[in-house]
Order: sequence, then C-alpha cells, then structure tokens
Amino acid sequence: VIEDIKILEAVERYISGQMSPDERVYFEQLRKSNPEIDQMVVEHTFFLQQMNRFDDVKKFKSVLNDTHIHLGEKGLIKAPRLKGKARVIYLYNRYKRVSAIAASIAGITALTISALVWSLSPGKLANNQRDIDNLSRDIRNINQKVTQVQKQNQVLNQKLDNVKDQGLPDNIPYITGGTGFLIDSKGYLVTNAHVVKGAQHVAVQSGNGKDLRAKVIYSDIDRDIAILKIIDKNYKPLSSIPYSIKRNSGDLAESIFTLGYPRNDIVYGNGYIASKTGPDGDTLSCQITIAANKGNSGSPVLNKNGEVIGILSKKENTIEGAAFALRSKYIFEALNELQKDSSYRNIKLPVSSSLKGKDRTQQVNAISNYVFMVKVD
Amino acid sequence: LVLKRDQLKSDTSERLLLQGLARNDKKAIETIYKENYNLVQAIVINNSGTSEDAKDIFQEAMIVLYEKVQSGTFELNCQIKTFVYSVSRRLWLKRLMQQNRFNLSDGHGESVSVDEEMEEHEKRNTEFIMMEKAMNGLGEPCKSLLEAFYLQKKSMQEISVSFGYTNSENAKNQKYKCLMRLKKLFFSQYKNESL
Repeated sequence: VIEDIKILEAVERYISGQMSPDERVYFEQLRKSNPEIDQMVVEHTFFLQQMNRFDDVKKFKSVLNDTHIHLGEKGLIKAPRLKGKARVIYLYNRYKRVSAIAASIAGITALTISALVWSLSPGKLANNQRDIDNLSRDIRNINQKVTQVQKQNQVLNQKLDNVKDQGLPDNIPYITGGTGFLIDSKGYLVTNAHVVKGAQHVAVQSGNGKDLRAKVIYSDIDRDIAILKIIDKNYKPLSSIPYSIKRNSGDLAESIFTLGYPRNDIVYGNGYIASKTGPDGDTLSCQITIAANKGNSGSPVLNKNGEVIGILSKKENTIEGAAFALRSKYIFEALNELQKDSSYRNIKLPVSSSLKGKDRTQQVNAISNYVFMVKVD
Repeated sequence: LVLKRDQLKSDTSERLLLQGLARNDKKAIETIYKENYNLVQAIVINNSGTSEDAKDIFQEAMIVLYEKVQSGTFELNCQIKTFVYSVSRRLWLKRLMQQNRFNLSDGHGESVSVDEEMEEHEKRNTEFIMMEKAMNGLGEPCKSLLEAFYLQKKSMQEISVSFGYTNSENAKNQKYKCLMRLKKLFFSQYKNESL
C-alpha cells in the first residue's frame, strides 16, 4: 500500500507539473516501459479533470441561483418572488448587510457633523460664520433635548425603583458608580474615594437588588480610598465575612481574582500581579493584569487563599488588560485614621480567611454576598 | 456605415460578456441572465411549463454557454441571445418529448442549430451526475478531505491540522484510501453507462 501511495503521489506531481526536469525525464521513461503506470496517468488525469469540472459547474450553479433570486427580488426579471421560508432567509441575509450599512452611516453622520464644524470654522466668509452659528445653536438645542430626555429617564427609573423598593424614602436619582466590599459585617464597606467623590447620597446594592442607603464616613482622595457605612434600616447584618484583609500585597506573578459590578450583574475576573509598583513606580499600588471596566473601581482583589490584597482602583489605558490595585495595607491605615473618632472603635477587620483550600467556585459563591454595587446621585 | 459600426460595438460588448462569463465574473453573469431570462421563461410557460421549469431550463442553457466559453470559444456564430434561446428551446423540447408532448409552439425568436453543443452538454451533464453520485456516496470525512486537497488545493500539512490528524503521513494515507473509494464509485457507473 505504501508503494501505491508513493506511485500515486508521483503521478499527481507529474500531472500538476511539479517534477524537476530530471525527475520528469525519468518518470516518462517509466511510463513508456510500464503500461500499468501509463494507464494510471491517463486515468488519473481524466479523473482529476472530472472532479474539477464537477466542482466548477457546482459553483456556477450556485452563482446562477443567487443571481436568479437577486434579479427576481429586484424585479429585473419576471420570475415570481420568493415565498415563505426562502424569502425570510433571503431578506435576513440582505437585512444583515443593510444594518451593517446603517451602522456605518450613523458613524459617518457623526463624523460629518464634527467635520462640518471643523471645516467651516476656519472660513472667513460671513455665510460660513452664520452657518456655524446656526449649527452650534442646533447642537445646543439637541443637547438640551438630550438632557431633558435623560432627566425624564432618571425620573422614570427612580419611579420604578420606588415601586420596587418602598423602603427608600427620598427621590434620589442614583447612578452606578462602582463597587465596594464589606470589611465589617456590621455594614462597613471599602471603596475608592473617586467613586463617591462629590456624591450627596450614596446607596449600595447587593446581589438581591435592594438599594440600601449608606454614607461616606471616611475619604482620602490622595490614596483613593473611602469607607462607607450602611445606614438603611433594611440592612440585616450578614454572618461573618469569609475573606480576610492581608497586610502585605503578594508577589510578582501571583494569581489573583476579583468580583465587581462593571454592569448590573456581578462579574468575576482573574489575572496576576504584573508589577509590585503603581503607575509612576509608586508603592501605593501594584500593577495587575485583569479585564477591568469602569464599574470595577473599588472591587476587592483577592489571592488564591481568599485574602484581600488590594482594591481595584485604576485602569491603564495604554496597556491592554493592565489595571492598578491599591495595596490592602492602606485599608488598615484608613481605618486607623477613622478610629481616631471613638464612635468607630468597634469596627473590626476580618483577620482570617475561611476560603483557604476551597475551589474557586466555592470561594466566589461565598464572597459575592459581601460585594456591593455602589451607587451615587 | 452607421449600422456596421453599431454591429461592431455590440460584437465587442458580447465578446466582453463571454470573457467575463469564462472567468466567473458576477457582473457578466448577471447581465446575461437579466437580458435573456424573460424570453426563455415566456417559451416555457407558453408551452405548458411553470416558472420553476423555466428557471431549470434557462440555468441549464447558461451552463451550456459556460461550458463553451470555458473551452476557450468566445466566437459564437450568433448573438448570445440567439444561442441561449436555441439551447433552451432544445432543452425544453427534450423535456416535453420525455413527457410525450412533441409540439413546441413559439415564434419568439430566431434560432440556430446547436446539435453539437447539445451532444457535448449531454455527455458532460451525465459525467456531472456521476461525479455527484460518487461524491455523495463517499461520506464524511472522505468527501471533505478530498475536496480540501483536490478542489481547494490545500496542502497535506494544512489538511492534517484542520482535520486533526497527528501528522501529514497519516492524512496522506487516509486521502489515498478515500481517493481509491471515490474512483471506484465513479468508474463503476462509467462502466454501467457504456453498457
């Protein structure tokens, strides 16, 4: 059989002209002296031609069919239009193309508006100036309308929220700010200071979707850390926190994971410690490699034992997947500062993790109840 | 003189269309289709056919034209329209004869003799059907394997990767077995046909 395969390979190389001149001469000799091989060449040439013709005509038939449908639907030939499923499929395929075109037109329109402003602005003619004035007035009008619509939306959302949760007394239009996690089950959370910066009202939302009012009791904008307290009467203290807060922040290449609210549902991500320093070589934070989004700010960064080693705080835009985590030791320092006020002396950080040796799914399950979405007005 | 120049112009455009058809140019195919379909549909429908029949007949006539230009002949001894019409007419007549109806009433256009083309096409069409049967009888992954090598011209290296063979030697071995089966399926029909 191996012999036969070799012979066939030679025949194919001969037919397709891939043989070197020497080989070719030799093979032609062989053909002459060996009628079996000669027959093989003739037969195989014929067969390959048959296969190619078959393929060619098959493809041509499919082009003819497409052409027929296309010309028929456009009314360019008198053939009856498609019906039923065939028509649905045809329209679907066309619609796909149209929607792609529509999307690119939307993009072009946006570009054109900015291009208009740009190309008209250097002009010196009075007409141009008037055009620009008109255009900017239009844009202002549009912006106003958009703002109105947004406000209406917020009001509507708020009404919906109120219906959902009668426990919320005020009409506060919250927007999603970031993530926070409990450091004491009595209702104390840590998040980034930039998440709650300038907020008049703060609420946190857990996995079950209830908004709980909270207030900022400590904020350090330089270190980007804040501590919140849940003050809602509907908050029922959770059982003890499964993770612990670590004083030192782990080693290079150590694997880490995070849980946060970049969108309405909790999202898990994993990665590794990429560098022990922050954006400018500072020791405040460390660089991690993880997929992070805006709402991930304030998410806990945990090691494989379920110990918090940092708070996800910044995203590096120039490096794909790079983010920065504020070292966990600043949670201790922030708490020290806060506890100068005696009313907070009872806050106790969790010192031991009950997650060691558990698999990731179990860890994430245990942690997710202690991670909250932070919303601000 | 004016007439002659117009004639020349249309000859050139016909030639361009045929050359386009030979290299599978979509625009050319569409143009020939658009300019000839309605006439063929009219003959078929006026002679107890349906629009489905018309589509089949017209497309087969297009294949006859395609086969002709594929062999390098761009000089028809008539216009494309006359050729397509003549072939379609013959094809439909044949279909009607198989159903025992002989008369074809038409007066739609000029027609030429296409005996030679019809004979060649019939042979090729038979071969096409035989290859189709052989291919369909082959089963997977043999069919895809042979298509990848002989029609898509992929290398044994690529094929062994995409089909999941551990090395290209094994893929070659499998290809050989598949080819032998396909040839057997194809040529056995050939023998039956000539009997």
